[in-house]
Amino acid sequence: MYKLLTWLGGIAVALFVPFYLEGFWLQAGLFTMSAAIGAIGINLLTGATGQLSLGHAFFLAVGAYAYVYFAAEPEGHLAGLNLPTPLAAVLAVIVAGIAGGLFSPIAGRLKGAYLGIATLALIFLGQHLLFNAEPLTGGYNGRAVPPMELFGLVFADTPELVILNVPFGVLERLWFLGLAVLLVAAWFAKGVLRGRPGRAMNTIRDHEIAAGVMGVPVGRYRAGVFVLSSMYAGAAGVMLALVFQRTVPEYFGMLLSLDYLAMIVIGGLGSVAGAVVGAVFVSFLPQLLTRYSDALPLVAEPGSGGVSPAEAARILYGAAVVAVVLFLPGGLLGLATRIRLAVTRRVQLPAELTPSPDSRS
Amino acid sequence: MITFLELLANGISIGALYSLIALGFVVIFKATEVVNFAHASLLLAGGFVVAKLHPLIGFWPALAAGIAGAAAVGALIEFVIIRRANVTSHSVLAIVTIGVDIVLVTELTRQIGTDVLALGDPWGDQVVHLGPVAIAQTRIMALLAAGILIGSFLLAFKHTGWGVAMRATAEDHETAALMGIRLGRVSLGAWAVAGALAAVAALFLCVFPTPGLDRSTTFAAIKAFPAAILGGLDSTTGALVGGLVVGITEAMMSGYQNQLSFLGRGIGDAAPFLIMTIVLLIRPAGLFGTRELSRV
Repeated sequence: MYKLLTWLGGIAVALFVPFYLEGFWLQAGLFTMSAAIGAIGINLLTGATGQLSLGHAFFLAVGAYAYVYFAAEPEGHLAGLNLPTPLAAVLAVIVAGIAGGLFSPIAGRLKGAYLGIATLALIFLGQHLLFNAEPLTGGYNGRAVPPMELFGLVFADTPELVILNVPFGVLERLWFLGLAVLLVAAWFAKGVLRGRPGRAMNTIRDHEIAAGVMGVPVGRYRAGVFVLSSMYAGAAGVMLALVFQRTVPEYFGMLLSLDYLAMIVIGGLGSVAGAVVGAVFVSFLPQLLTRYSDALPLVAEPGSGGVSPAEAARILYGAAVVAVVLFLPGGLLGLATRIRLAVTRRVQLPAELTPSPDSRS
Repeated sequence: MITFLELLANGISIGALYSLIALGFVVIFKATEVVNFAHASLLLAGGFVVAKLHPLIGFWPALAAGIAGAAAVGALIEFVIIRRANVTSHSVLAIVTIGVDIVLVTELTRQIGTDVLALGDPWGDQVVHLGPVAIAQTRIMALLAAGILIGSFLLAFKHTGWGVAMRATAEDHETAALMGIRLGRVSLGAWAVAGALAAVAALFLCVFPTPGLDRSTTFAAIKAFPAAILGGLDSTTGALVGGLVVGITEAMMSGYQNQLSFLGRGIGDAAPFLIMTIVLLIRPAGLFGTRELSRV
């Protein structure tokens, strides 16, 4: 009951956010939501199954570019299929899944950090493809992303829409879409983790041989989780493309993959909530530092020679990854649980220890 | 034919450097079972020290300082972080090294900025002619240095007490510890050696014909990952062969770029990863890696 109320309260607050916050925060929030979707995906793979992947950025790129390709009208040398946008988004997620499936002969057979290096190949081959397959990707300059259109509502600044005296631009409209996709993604992942597949995945992570002995088809599970995680990345890629309104190949490099790994380690490995917490931490940090760079010591304006906000954020969360593993097993989420336990114990213990007035006589 | 020979010579020389980097990577993996994603930052640290010190104290002392510096950084990572990380899963340790890598690379590239730092090597841009084939002197020196280092490393690995301790640890941690081998020292040594090897590789990756140390040098180091993997992560022979395969492929693909234009521009950079993917499809444990067997 208590849990349900917190959930409802959280969703209600999230629904009212676009009516009060300015564009900057909305955009940061939307990035966070997209990142959270991708982070949930990689947490299923790395956190729950113990398979390291550095190729997440590649699947984000597949999702983003597939959406653009399916939805865009063909124009000049750029190809496009001009499909209805919701269909394009679904197809993009499926294409990302297929891309993950194509890698499954490797993803199913390699384990742990070994797979991590193998997936580096995806990043570099992916970058090569993105820069060279110009009719699909627009090459170096990238492509414009056609806005999503759902039941007659266009997710763009035009036509104008005013709700409760608040002008609803592209960010406000996308906010609700992002929230819905994130909730569905989180709900599905929770289901996977809580059920039979989740137990199998955790057993593979903890003891591969034991898992095999218990009848878990280890290779098939590894490949399957890899596909699922790439579909999550694909969905995150579509969301990112919609928020950015332009896709550029450079963005989908190795650093992006590292960001996602940092998110799940900082938030907490193996859980949906951990992925979301980590996504908030890693994607909000640079924005916060940029916004308040003049008020912070040590952080300089971009281009002035000092530590720029982006670099400061990078160093901070790199250090956070190390610190979390050393001092906070379980990540920020684990810390929150520990604090909650400590607090409730302190509240309950004295009540049990001091005898009640009735029993004293 | 002449182009082919020149490309081959360059490929072998670059490949020897990749072997050096991959060797350090494999040594760390054997001693501690950690896949070290911070390897690129060790290399960058070594190169950076050489670049900053050579105008002050001359090239050779600066090189010694660079090697010592990178070894110290490696040892420091092991001592401060890896040893204290209390985790059961080795992929979490791999992620820790990614964290270290993010911090070090960000800071070092910030220090380097948009500059291209010269390393002050004495060889300059001289070219040696062997018959019709022209090879840069730096490439020959690279091959020589890599050969000597790899040779002496393998000898030490085979014959010294340190090497025996290392191999015993790689074989079985617990038994080695029971035999009185100090695991802490072994892994500290592995990280320091890996750092030193990476620093030497950094030097030769940044001399002629490369303009110098800049932001993209980490990328060169990343190409040693496929070298280590395609040879087999737990095999020193594999690291050597893998490095050569990657180096030669890269040189050939870049050299014959025009004939290979259907593969797209800049295929040389992607080629090592392409080769690695193909090898892994056929042999998941790499060319020389031991296939993992387990008995219940």
